[in-house]
Amino acid sequence: MADADRSASDFAADGGHGAVPLEGVETGLGRAPSGEWPLYEVFVRGKRGLNHVHVGSLHAADDRMAVRHARDVYTRRNEGVSIWVVRADAVTASSPDEKDPLFAPAGDKVYRHPTFYDIPDDVPHM
Amino acid sequence: MSEHDSVYDGLSGHDAPGDDSQWAFGTDFEDPLAGVDTTIPDGVDPAVLATYCLMLGDDALVHSHRLSQWTSRAPDLEDDIALANIALDLLGQARLLLARAAAADPAVVPVLPEGSPVPPEDALAFFRDTADFRNLRFLEPENGDFAETTLRLLVGAAHRLALLQRLATSRDPVLSAIAVKGVKEVTYHRDYAGRWVVTLAQGTAESRRRVVTALPRVWRHHAELFRSHPVEVAAAASGVGVDPATVEGEVGAVLDQVLAVAGLERPDVPAAGPMPGGGHGMGRDGRHTELLSRLLAEMQSVARAHPRGLW
Repeated sequence: MADADRSASDFAADGGHGAVPLEGVETGLGRAPSGEWPLYEVFVRGKRGLNHVHVGSLHAADDRMAVRHARDVYTRRNEGVSIWVVRADAVTASSPDEKDPLFAPAGDKVYRHPTFYDIPDDVPHM
Repeated sequence: MSEHDSVYDGLSGHDAPGDDSQWAFGTDFEDPLAGVDTTIPDGVDPAVLATYCLMLGDDALVHSHRLSQWTSRAPDLEDDIALANIALDLLGQARLLLARAAAADPAVVPVLPEGSPVPPEDALAFFRDTADFRNLRFLEPENGDFAETTLRLLVGAAHRLALLQRLATSRDPVLSAIAVKGVKEVTYHRDYAGRWVVTLAQGTAESRRRVVTALPRVWRHHAELFRSHPVEVAAAASGVGVDPATVEGEVGAVLDQVLAVAGLERPDVPAAGPMPGGGHGMGRDGRHTELLSRLLAEMQSVARAHPRGLW
């Protein structure tokens, strides 16, 4: 398909590597043949973790089965205390074509990092 | 208050050497027997305790091995891992139970060549002959298809969960600790299997056909689960074990509930009879089908070829 015809729903935030084209990948969205399980993205919060972190994706027939599968596949090594799953086709991702206008402008704004301050010795956890 | 009162707790106050709290994943592994008194309680016959532990341990070991045979062959990757996880849970229970059997009565452990580094629980798993295994025959048949496997897992887990829940208050502190750990694991096994049985039975015509075909094959050995063996009765009388006859009603209620949601009924099949050769002819007596001999031959061959091997 021509780039110009692509819309946000043609991409998923699969694999934690940013936008991945969904063309030819079965996600359970409309075009998927019946009998294929939809794709889910899995987020796990670790024991010491502050937030849920994307750990991968899997296939499941429905939301509840996706939670079970995520438990079996992604928390085997004592990682998790909480799981989120979300249908991959419910994720709206930025398009690789927009990479430069979206992200390049931040590349030279070094003054946006809080590195130009002297931190007092009695301020912890910095 | 929960242990996660503040999401920042994990990032502060853990500066001691060897502290691993900076890692988000995979720390804080627990030893289920940490701090447990391992002396045998007063009034308990060590031979009874050892044999009772062999029964529960062999159930877990045989079921674990059968489930591990699914590895790389399950219908999809997620269930392949799920079945392997369940097999590993059961293997862990088997290891603890066989070790407890060996500690209670060292006479049950096969004698290995002088200087063999094989620990007692491995000697019990890999160097006993078929007739010394005490597992239920219910667990011996080959897996069949995924429907038969999940049905057998459902019935087996419902039975085991009921036993472990009662064993959590066993007078033997080691059995009690093993049961407390096992209850959490087997609760998930029962849930996993129950969901699949309902899904398959209410799924496509083909998946339902497979469940309906498998049910009588699994149910044939169902009565054996609740037949009391004298060792189980003795273990229950001394407060360390559970008489399986006492859990039949509870397990039956759970199974009937799943079967009802699945639109299935208890099949009307003749129960498998006792095996010839003395005792009560039960799996608990060491009377087994040929299927167990073949399973053990495969499972034990490598360890037996290297009795001094260090694994």
